[in-house]
Amino acid sequence: MARWAGPELNRFGKDGVVPAMTQTHSDYRLSQLDQLEAESIHIFREVAAEFEKPVLMFSGGKDSIVMMRLAEKAFYPAKIPFPVLQVDTGYDFPEVLATRDNWVNRLGVKLVVASVEQAIKDGIVVDDGKTSRNRLQIGTLLNALEEGGFTAAFGGGRRDEEKARAKERVYSHRDEFGQWDPKMQRPELWSLYNGRIHEGEHMRIFPISNWTELDIWDYIGREGIEIPSIYFSHQRRVFERDGMLLTESEHNPLRDGEVAQERTVRFRTVGDLTLTGCVESTASTIQQIIEEVAIARVTERGATRGDDRFSEAAMEDRKKEGYF
Amino acid sequence: MANTPHKRPMDLLRFATAGSVDDGKSTLIGRLLLDSKAIFEDQLEAVEATSSAKGYDYTDLALLTDGLRSEREQGITIDVAYRYFATPNRKFIIADTPGHVQYTRNMVTGASTANLGLVLVDARQGLTEQSRRHAVILSLLRVPHLVLAVNKMDLVDYSEEVYDEIHEEFTQFATKLNVPDLEVIPISALQGDNVVTRSENMPWYSGPTLMHHLENVHVASDRDLVDVRFPVQYVIRPKSDEFHDFRGYAGQVAGGVLKPGDEVVVLPSGMTSKISRIDLFDNEIAEAFPPMSVTVHLDDDVDVSRGDMIARVNNAPTPSQDIDAMVCWMTTTPLQPRQKLAIKHTTRTGRALVKDISYRLDVNTLHRDQETKELGVNEIGRVQLRTTVPLLVDPYSKNRTTGSFILIDEATGVTVGAGMING
Ligand SMILES: Nc1nc2c(ncn2[C@@H]2O[C@H](COP(=O)(O)OP(=O)(O)OP(=O)(O)O)[C@@H](O)[C@H]2O)c(=O)[nH]1
Ligand SMILES: [Mg+2]
Repeated sequence: MARWAGPELNRFGKDGVVPAMTQTHSDYRLSQLDQLEAESIHIFREVAAEFEKPVLMFSGGKDSIVMMRLAEKAFYPAKIPFPVLQVDTGYDFPEVLATRDNWVNRLGVKLVVASVEQAIKDGIVVDDGKTSRNRLQIGTLLNALEEGGFTAAFGGGRRDEEKARAKERVYSHRDEFGQWDPKMQRPELWSLYNGRIHEGEHMRIFPISNWTELDIWDYIGREGIEIPSIYFSHQRRVFERDGMLLTESEHNPLRDGEVAQERTVRFRTVGDLTLTGCVESTASTIQQIIEEVAIARVTERGATRGDDRFSEAAMEDRKKEGYF
Repeated sequence: MANTPHKRPMDLLRFATAGSVDDGKSTLIGRLLLDSKAIFEDQLEAVEATSSAKGYDYTDLALLTDGLRSEREQGITIDVAYRYFATPNRKFIIADTPGHVQYTRNMVTGASTANLGLVLVDARQGLTEQSRRHAVILSLLRVPHLVLAVNKMDLVDYSEEVYDEIHEEFTQFATKLNVPDLEVIPISALQGDNVVTRSENMPWYSGPTLMHHLENVHVASDRDLVDVRFPVQYVIRPKSDEFHDFRGYAGQVAGGVLKPGDEVVVLPSGMTSKISRIDLFDNEIAEAFPPMSVTVHLDDDVDVSRGDMIARVNNAPTPSQDIDAMVCWMTTTPLQPRQKLAIKHTTRTGRALVKDISYRLDVNTLHRDQETKELGVNEIGRVQLRTTVPLLVDPYSKNRTTGSFILIDEATGVTVGAGMING
């Protein structure tokens, strides 16, 4: 077997003198954020090495921006070796689309846009007027993955977001219908990921599974990277619906009794603007956001996502169908 | 609040729960999260509403982690839930695992990356076959720290005798296992005794609360900083004008400290070279150590590709096609001699033939059964494999990364076995 030579003498230099370099990490410890970064980069490289056609699902939100940053680091100075896919609901915040374009241009990656409007026109999904755009995204996304022949799709889901997500593997297997079977997940041991799939199936990959909302903000602050301006405090015309503050917009006509007024707000998550609420906030720097998140008493999804509020298992059900 | 900047933790501890069904693992995690104020109002409200709708007298804290519909319906955990919380000094990643024997594979999943295993027993029942099985698995997985939480002390009148008895029984059992560090804590997950706050019901107990122990257990020294192991994951070749000759070997350090100037050997070819540079993104760094993900450059134009390993000339793993390992089997079709499977070890993939199963381990008695030549689902045994490609292995006891592998069913693509190499 291996020869266990014991501590290598040359680690301490020839005459037992500790070279200056060793002192840079006298205790060889990585901060927890650096550990998370290292784990995520490992996952990106593993997928790029083992899958024929990966794609990164990019919403322009803070989580997918952190994913982009990690992918950038994983392959630097080469370009990210896979395209980026965005599902355009038609109801996206313009600030988010602007940030998306800046990122895509800076990194020189290919952008594939799957439009819900187009999917409705092509009869891929049916808009019955009752189904939310969020739900129509599922069919649009699955169709785009199939058309592109993508075998692995990176998602920015974090396990701290929601209790069904807390259950999901880093490599999450999807059958030919794009479905997730939470009761039959593959064992996932150590950092030995199993990427085997059959024809027509694909794998969802969650490289930032172990990051929390605060880790994301910490990292954005540390890296000094661009995020959409709507995460920071700004003036906006909003109205109250179901206990949430929603943006006044032509896509979201006011109902009886609803009045729009200008408030000082920011967003904790970004999604379909007809469903994504904002919170009143004066936080205009990353540090102020971190302070605010650290004392928040409500989860980011509970506070601001109409799509998760319908039932206790709303997220699990959407995930089974193939949601992000 | 406004003028004290929020302090973010530097340290990370991963721990996994273990123990029989209904011993209170999920309740304990719920309690830990609640008492350390990591539960949000909307989460607690949802759980309170479900509890009262079900007619419970108290809030079922297990609902905070049992996130799947079928788990809530059946009142048991089926798959691992990962939960997170932080104190000013440490971030915790919790894997709340299922106790049911049918879902042992999910327990193994949660425990494989843990620094600390938290085994619960119900004070009324003492050790069960399942608590022993989980303790054996934690010890095989070399989870370096173990806590035995004697739970439901409220149901045994907070009796010191009951605690002593279980403490004694477990300590006896643990002497036959590999348990470098053990702490035994009497708690009530439901009432909160000794979880975050010290119990007034057990004045006879003078040890730490669970939370105190989790915050202070020393984990930094659990890594191997001596034996250099760098499995190559990916070769970076930009093919751009600016970085025309760039050729970097990307991977995550699995052991030791790498530095520019180090003489290294590339396995399995055995070619030697020297590290010319180490990159972390766009920075050149002076040294790389576990678990950093970096890019290594070598002096000479040696042929290196994914699946190769960079090590030191006088300290390298031996390429081997004959593997002797403890295997946890995780599927209903038994593992048998002559069976062929796919194997993944670090960044190397090949095929493996089962040559022999030398014994099956009885998790209750630790008896080695040499008669049964197969491993059923959730069983553990010693297995000899012959692989199509040489693997660059270390004993699992020396390195959890280069000493572990998974077995994959080639027809279904499912992970069916977890292996820990002997040596
Ligand atoms: N009286 C009392 N009851 C407890 C205590 N801890 C847990 N329980 C109860 O024991 C039952 C099972 O608890 P769970 O937390 O679901 O058990 P578990 O270990 O997670 O079970 P599995 O995940 O299915 O293996 C629940 O009804 C809890 O309320 C305790 O300290 N005292
Ligand atoms: Mg449980």
